[in-house]
Amino acid sequence: MRKVYHKIIHIAGNVITVEADDVSYNELAEVTSARGVSLAQVIRLADSKVSLQVFAGSRGISTGDQVRFLGRAMQVSSSEALLGRVFSGRGTPRDNRPEVLSDMVEIGGPSVNPAKRVIPRNMIRTNIPMIDVFNTLVESQKLPIFSIAGEPYNELLARIALQAEVDVIILGGMGIKYDDYLTMKRTLDEHGALSRTVMFIHTAADPVVECLMVPDMSLAVAEQYALEGKRVLCLLTDMTNFADALKEIAITMEQIPATRGYPGDLYSQLASRYEKAVDFDGAGSITILAVTTMPGDDVTHPVPDNTGYITEGQFYLRNGRIEPFGSLSRLKQQVNGKTRPDHRAIMDSMIRLYSDFRSTLEKQSMGFQMSAWDNKLLKYGRQFEKGMMDLSVNIPLEEALDLGWKILADCFERNEVGIKTDLIDRYWPRKN
Amino acid sequence: MAEVKNIEKIVGVNGNLMTVEFTDKVMQNEVAFAKVGDAKLKCEVIRVRGNRADLQVFESTNGLKVGDEVEFTGELLSVELGPGLLTQVYDGLQNPLNLLAEQSGFFLKRGVYLRALDRERTWVYTPIAHEGDKVVAGDRIGSVPEGIIKHYIMVPFAWKGEWTLKSVRPAGEWKIDDVMAVAVNEQGETRNITMTQFWPVKIPITNYAEKLLPEKTMITQQRTIDTFFPVAVGGTFCTPGPFGAGKTVLQHAISQHAEADVVIIAACGERAGEVVEILREFPELEDPRTGQPLMNRSIIICNTSSMPVAAREASVYTAVTLAEYYRQMGLNTLLLADSTSRWAQALREVSGRLEEIPGEEAFPAYLESLIASFYERAGLVRLRTGETGSVTIGGAVSPAGGNFEEPVTQATLKVVGAFLGLSRERSDARRYPAIHPLESWSKYRSVVARNELEVARAILRQGAEVNQMMKVIGEEGTSLDDFVVYLKSEFLDYVYLQQNTFDAIDGATDADRQRYMFEQIYKVLVGTFKLPDKDTARSYFLELRQLFTDLNYLPMDSEDFKRQEAAIAEKIAERSSANA
Repeated sequence: MRKVYHKIIHIAGNVITVEADDVSYNELAEVTSARGVSLAQVIRLADSKVSLQVFAGSRGISTGDQVRFLGRAMQVSSSEALLGRVFSGRGTPRDNRPEVLSDMVEIGGPSVNPAKRVIPRNMIRTNIPMIDVFNTLVESQKLPIFSIAGEPYNELLARIALQAEVDVIILGGMGIKYDDYLTMKRTLDEHGALSRTVMFIHTAADPVVECLMVPDMSLAVAEQYALEGKRVLCLLTDMTNFADALKEIAITMEQIPATRGYPGDLYSQLASRYEKAVDFDGAGSITILAVTTMPGDDVTHPVPDNTGYITEGQFYLRNGRIEPFGSLSRLKQQVNGKTRPDHRAIMDSMIRLYSDFRSTLEKQSMGFQMSAWDNKLLKYGRQFEKGMMDLSVNIPLEEALDLGWKILADCFERNEVGIKTDLIDRYWPRKN
Repeated sequence: MAEVKNIEKIVGVNGNLMTVEFTDKVMQNEVAFAKVGDAKLKCEVIRVRGNRADLQVFESTNGLKVGDEVEFTGELLSVELGPGLLTQVYDGLQNPLNLLAEQSGFFLKRGVYLRALDRERTWVYTPIAHEGDKVVAGDRIGSVPEGIIKHYIMVPFAWKGEWTLKSVRPAGEWKIDDVMAVAVNEQGETRNITMTQFWPVKIPITNYAEKLLPEKTMITQQRTIDTFFPVAVGGTFCTPGPFGAGKTVLQHAISQHAEADVVIIAACGERAGEVVEILREFPELEDPRTGQPLMNRSIIICNTSSMPVAAREASVYTAVTLAEYYRQMGLNTLLLADSTSRWAQALREVSGRLEEIPGEEAFPAYLESLIASFYERAGLVRLRTGETGSVTIGGAVSPAGGNFEEPVTQATLKVVGAFLGLSRERSDARRYPAIHPLESWSKYRSVVARNELEVARAILRQGAEVNQMMKVIGEEGTSLDDFVVYLKSEFLDYVYLQQNTFDAIDGATDADRQRYMFEQIYKVLVGTFKLPDKDTARSYFLELRQLFTDLNYLPMDSEDFKRQEAAIAEKIAERSSANA
């Protein structure tokens, strides 16, 4: 039996400090108060003073309450029995079914040796042209969806999850609305995907420290499944809430904030989660899609900014559409050379022309006379938005490429699109 | 140095920072090992206050307890230098990652430190020095072939004073730990010289005669760089840019095509996936200059973003030390660090934990001087043998929010010789490489003539002005002459500045081809054409653009290239008023 400590000398925010010895960094403890028993985690050691973040929050904890150290770090089960289940941020069931305690693994494990990774090589088809054609999603990619409140990002997440061919879906919800949780659960259920899904859900009403655990719990499970050879898709929504929880704890611990109150290690904290995305040499893979809401639609806000530097691209979701500018899949080059010879050419030219269309639109709104070229661009832009950008479009990659040529041929002459002549000769639709 | 090991006790742990109370003496930047279970975690002293020392731990601190033992080594953080460094993949502390993978599998097990060099491998040794020779630190006593490089075995850089070689090893096949020579100094102290030596990473190697002014252009085969914003052999440059602007793709292109003898890539706090691309591709890609795999001239230092932060700080120093080592052999080395901002952030994290008074954006006040002294380790030097060697440093910078006003970018701009600023505007428009042609600058010499370059620059500048103006007064309000200038600037941008990295031919344009292409384009830039109206002008330049774009994808010695040349000449003649 481990020793019990009673001497809580400091309570602030969700952090308590207790005098104790023989405690390891990052160890778990149980805090028993009048409100019940809560888990807590060691976040600082200074002489005999041990600071812990209390999962259920410090409300109702008295200086005389007892703290019992468990001699181990946070763990999660990695058994197959997790499939179809819903858990809280600290790993307890949310679905009134029994706890799963077999095959426990520590969360937040070491990073993968880069020498054991392979170059991502499999495209994930989503049947969304803005993704498949212009910013192809690749297995083992880590990609955030930058969005603002009110945009259908959870719907997009669910749609990609359902259309992607993966073995397991892991959904980590952080600070999400209860309604959103129910909606996503129902969507997965309706499409028969619930039985291959594991959910770790922290809703906005739950204690903030549990929010911090969600990515680590989800990714620890994902990692174990991937090591068994499974292709895992991990969905995290919303990482901004995770970052805000980090900020809250850092401020409570009186750390010097870096930008806008966020701790200086925000980049490393986010990176250690996102970097769990991997294609193992000789085992499965983890693909991470995460929602990052941008406060005030500001991409230079520390959370989206740091995220952008970590992830392999980003999708901007704005006005219900995936924006062609700014959206980027860094891994697309790994796969779009193998799809069809015209894939890259279509991708580049259509975006370039769409960018010209936007400038023309500006000119038009200022009342300038439109040249013949401007009129071509205007026609093109409208067709592009309707045929490609609309999220309701649901066509495979090959159809989308053919549609691309059709739109180009409809609006321009052969030498106006800046594509190599041999490709033009091969794919330019014949006028009938 | 068989002193008794100095063992002290932990009194505090906060993130990757650990506080130790000591009774004996400790040294600033001394390496120590913290014991947790049967693992020993490497750490470094970064501050001493009273009888307490703060150490940054190069591993996860999970499980450390107050009262745990810490063993001090009396040494500074060092790397091992010797034959066999090339082709290796190391972490920030010079742990060989491939060997580590063989031992520990998929994950980086903490507390496992392996020797950087293979002690079993034999090398074909040819002696240079003779018995009785007087030598000083850095003198060459022999050489071994390492790939195509002549790897000199040198008297350890740290040795002081003059030494006499008492015995030397004859030619033959030897291992790195074999004694190549025995030396004795005036005081009668005897030391062995093996093929390897250790050097503390944070101290520059200065065993050369003098530093020279970098004047020769380092060819990177990137047209925008070599022609417009060149880098010098022994110079420094930085590539700041917001995320998604193509910093890493540009760095990869440079690492593949740059004309350097040794390329060291320091992946510092960036994505693991990007390193994997290098790891897997470099052994396959051929270096056209030597016909050997690119990997044979490369060393990769890889401390990706999820690997421990303190080792990230060490990784850039490890990389530059290796570059300096090869420079001592009379070679031109290129160090590409991606990204120095992550290194600065690592400093910020540690500084924050030390509760130091923060400077701008919470970066420590000593950030600028650290960045400056890092870039100052670049340079062209004349060695004591009369040969020259160089270290060229290129650092990617990832400014928060893409704003170049932030401290890391500003501190870097003060000390580099070329600034290749990447812009979101250009990358959004898919104009790669997204080096901004108006904001970037370089103090080094271009591959093309200066006066012609000035003309091209002027056209880019005027073109941008006309474009701005057109947004206000519209195309109809713009004069035909101005409009043609705008078309010329767009033409130059499309067919010269933009380059397709993923194409084998367009992706690498050597100096001769650059001069040739620039000449052709220059003819168009300074030419006058009979263009009656704007629509004709636009379609004429679009046609020219198409011809030149196709030319960029053709091998220079091919028949197709000649045909394309003829087609271009014809097209230029078609409307050129010079012939009229």
